[in-house]
Amino acid sequence: MAWTKKVLRVNLTAGTCTTEPLNQQWAQDYLGQRGLATKYLCSEIDPKVDPLAEGNKLIFVTGPLTGTMAATGGRYSVVTKGPLTGAIACSNSGGYFGAELKFAGWDMVIFEGRSAKPVYLLIIDGKAELLDASHLWGKTTWHTEETLKKQHQDPQIRVASIGRAGESGVMYAGIVNDLHRAAGRSGVGAVMGSKNLKAVAVRGTLTDAYQVANPEAFFTAVDAGKAVLAANGVTGVGLPTYGTQVLMNIINELGALPSYNHREAQFESANAIGGEAMHEKRPTDGKPNLVKNGACFGCTIACGRISRMDPNHFSVKDKPQYHGASGGVEYEAAWALGAANGVSDLEALTYANFLCNEDGYDPISFGATVGAAMELYDLGILTEAEVGLKLTWGSAEALVKLAEWTAVGEGFGKIIGLGSKRLCAKYGRPELSMTVKGQEFPAYDGRGLQGMGLEYATSNRGACHVRGYMVSPEVLGIPVKMEPQATEGKPAMLKAFQDLTAVVDSAGICLFTTFAWGLQDIQPQIQAACEGDWSEERLLLVGERIWNLEREFNLGAGLSKKDDTLPPRLLTEAIKTGPQKGAVCHLDKMLPEYYEVRGWSAEGVPTAATRTRLSL
Amino acid sequence: MQKSLHIDPNKCTGCLQCEMACSWENHRSFTIAKSRIKVFSFHEAARFVPYTCTQCDEAWCMMACPTEAIKLDPVTGAKIVLDPTCVGCKVCTIACPFGTINYVASSGKVQKCDLCGGAPACAKACPTGAITFVDADWTGLEKMRQWADKTDTNPATV
Repeated sequence: MAWTKKVLRVNLTAGTCTTEPLNQQWAQDYLGQRGLATKYLCSEIDPKVDPLAEGNKLIFVTGPLTGTMAATGGRYSVVTKGPLTGAIACSNSGGYFGAELKFAGWDMVIFEGRSAKPVYLLIIDGKAELLDASHLWGKTTWHTEETLKKQHQDPQIRVASIGRAGESGVMYAGIVNDLHRAAGRSGVGAVMGSKNLKAVAVRGTLTDAYQVANPEAFFTAVDAGKAVLAANGVTGVGLPTYGTQVLMNIINELGALPSYNHREAQFESANAIGGEAMHEKRPTDGKPNLVKNGACFGCTIACGRISRMDPNHFSVKDKPQYHGASGGVEYEAAWALGAANGVSDLEALTYANFLCNEDGYDPISFGATVGAAMELYDLGILTEAEVGLKLTWGSAEALVKLAEWTAVGEGFGKIIGLGSKRLCAKYGRPELSMTVKGQEFPAYDGRGLQGMGLEYATSNRGACHVRGYMVSPEVLGIPVKMEPQATEGKPAMLKAFQDLTAVVDSAGICLFTTFAWGLQDIQPQIQAACEGDWSEERLLLVGERIWNLEREFNLGAGLSKKDDTLPPRLLTEAIKTGPQKGAVCHLDKMLPEYYEVRGWSAEGVPTAATRTRLSL
Repeated sequence: MQKSLHIDPNKCTGCLQCEMACSWENHRSFTIAKSRIKVFSFHEAARFVPYTCTQCDEAWCMMACPTEAIKLDPVTGAKIVLDPTCVGCKVCTIACPFGTINYVASSGKVQKCDLCGGAPACAKACPTGAITFVDADWTGLEKMRQWADKTDTNPATV
C-alpha cells in the first residue's frame, strides 16, 4: 500500500503518456526507487545502447517511504545508462519533488524515445501531458522553475529540470529540483537533454494514492527513528550545525583529503573552506557565508547549507541575482571546487556551486576535472593560449571563469564539460584522470582509506562515496572502528555497506540517516509501511540482489574486471606527507577477496550459484 | 489555561513534518496539499515560515459565516468548522484577513486549524521547536527570556 502501484510511461517520440500498473512482483523483489527502477531499466533496454541515443530510457522513481512521515522520506532517484561512465547511472535527490510525485499518485515515470522539439512534462495528479518548452530551452533551472510556477499560476508546483549544461551535453550534467537539490552525478541531466526533455513539473493533491500498511506500527517505528536521529552526535548536532562540511577538517587531519588532483593528500587551506569557516564572519563585510541550515522534505536532520555571498566578491560584484541566499557548498562540492584544485576562496567556491545548481552540473566532477586541467597546465601540456586563461593551481579566477563557461558550453568550458577522463585522454595523459569507469573521485583519498579505494574500484556507477561509505568504519567508527590502512575485513564490510545502501536508496529515505540508524531502525519502518514480510535478512538480500543486477547490467554494457581498478597514481604513487604518508591503495589484496565474498568468479562475474541464491 | 500555537520561524528548516502531521490528523493521508498549516519558503532571504490560523478572538470567519457553521470551542479557544452545517459558500475565506481558512473542493466544505482539540499534531511533529503549543497569555515569554539574557547588570565584570 505504500506504493501507488502506478507507473507513468512517457513516449517522447510519439508524444504520449500512458498509465501502467506497477509490477508488484518486482516491488516485492526490489522494494522501490533505485532497485525497482534498475529492474525496469535492465528489462527494457539493451545495456549496449548509446546513453545519449533514443534507445536509452530515463526513469524518475520514488520509494515506499517517499511522501510519508518517515524522517527524510522525500527521496527520489533518476536511473538511466550514464554517458559519463557507460555504466548504470542512479542519482538520488532530496528536496520536495519526490514526495510531490508520490502525492500525484505515481511510483515512477519512465521516459523513452526522444522528442523532436523541447518539451516538459506537466503532471497534475492523474493527468499528465507533454507541453512545448521552446520558451524554456536555453534557460537555467532557476528560470525554468520560476517560469513554470508563474505560467501555471500555481506556486505549489514542484519542478525538476535541466539547465543549459544538460542541454549542451555536459557529460556530468545533473537534474536540479527545488532550486538547489540535485540528482547530480553520472550525467543523468545529459540524458534528459538528449531527449529534448527540459523539465518535469508536478503537483499532487490526492489523498488516496497510497497508504502505510499499518499506521499504528508505522508511527511507533517512525517516532523511534526520529528519536535516534535527534540523540545521535552526527545527525543530531554535527550535520545540522556544519552540514556534511563537518568532515573537511577531520578528513584533512587524517591525511586523506586529496588535493591538487591527488598529488597531495592534505590541503593546506582546508580550514578556510570547511564547515567552521562557513560560520565565521568574513573580514570583508562582517557576515558569515552560512545563513542557516535547511531540510529536505520530511527530514529531521536538516544538513542543508543555505549561504549568502559577499556582494563585493569579484565573482558577483555586478551580478545582484547572486546576492540573495541560495544552496551553499556541501563537503563534496567544497572539496572538489576547492581542495582538488587548490582554491581556498570560500566565496569563489560558493559562486561556482550556485552556478552548478543554476545550470545543472555536478560540482564533484566539474571541480575534479578542473583539477586535472590544472595539472595538465602545470606540466605545460595545456597552455594559456589553448585554455584562454591562466590555469594555475589555486586560481579562484580560473575556477569562476571555467564554471561560467562550462555552464553554457563556451570556449574551454566545452572541454571541461567532457569530464576528466576524456580531457586527459584528449591531451595524451590518460593516467592523470582521477576517475574510475570515467567518473571522478569524491573527497576521500583511496590510498589514505583502503576501504574507500576498494569502494571506488567496485562501485557500479564509477567512483562514488555513496554506494558503500567506508568512511563510516574507517574514520567515524560506525558500526565498528577499522584502521584506515588495514585491508583485512574490508571486502566483507564493504559488501555489507553496499548492500545496506542499496536498501536505503530503494526505500525513499536519505543515506545520511545511517550515521545513526542501523538496519534495525529502518526495518520496522519499512515493515509497517509496506505489504508483506520485510525481515532484516530479506532486506539485505534485496540489497544484494540490486547490487548484482546493476553489476550484470554493467557486464552486459561491456565493462569487466579490468574496469574495477584505480588510476595508477593511487596504486603506485605513495602519499608523500601526513599521517598516511607512504600509503598506496592495496587493491590487489582486496579485490579477489571482494569477488569471493560477493559470490563472483575470479573474473568478477556473479556465479550461477549466486544468481540462483538471489533469484536473478 | 488556554494554550495557543506559537511559531518561531528562525527555528524552521522547511522539513514539512508539520504539514504531513496535519494532513494525517485531518485526512488520514500524507498529502500536504490538504494541510491547514503551510510552510512558506522565502528562498533569497533564507527563511522558512510556518503559517496557520491564530484563532482570532473576534474571528472574521465566524462572524461572516451565514450558516453559523463556525463555532468557538470554549475549552481550546479554537474556531471550529462544523462540517454538517457548512454549505461551502466560502464567504469566510473572503472575510479572513490572513487566508488561513480555505475551501476543500473534494469535501465541499471549508477547513481551518482547530488546534486538534487541544493537542496540535503539527507542534508534536516539529523536530526543531519552531512550532510549540504554549500558554496563550505568554507567547512572548521565550522572546522576553532571550532579551532578558542580554541585560548586563554588572558591566564591570565583562
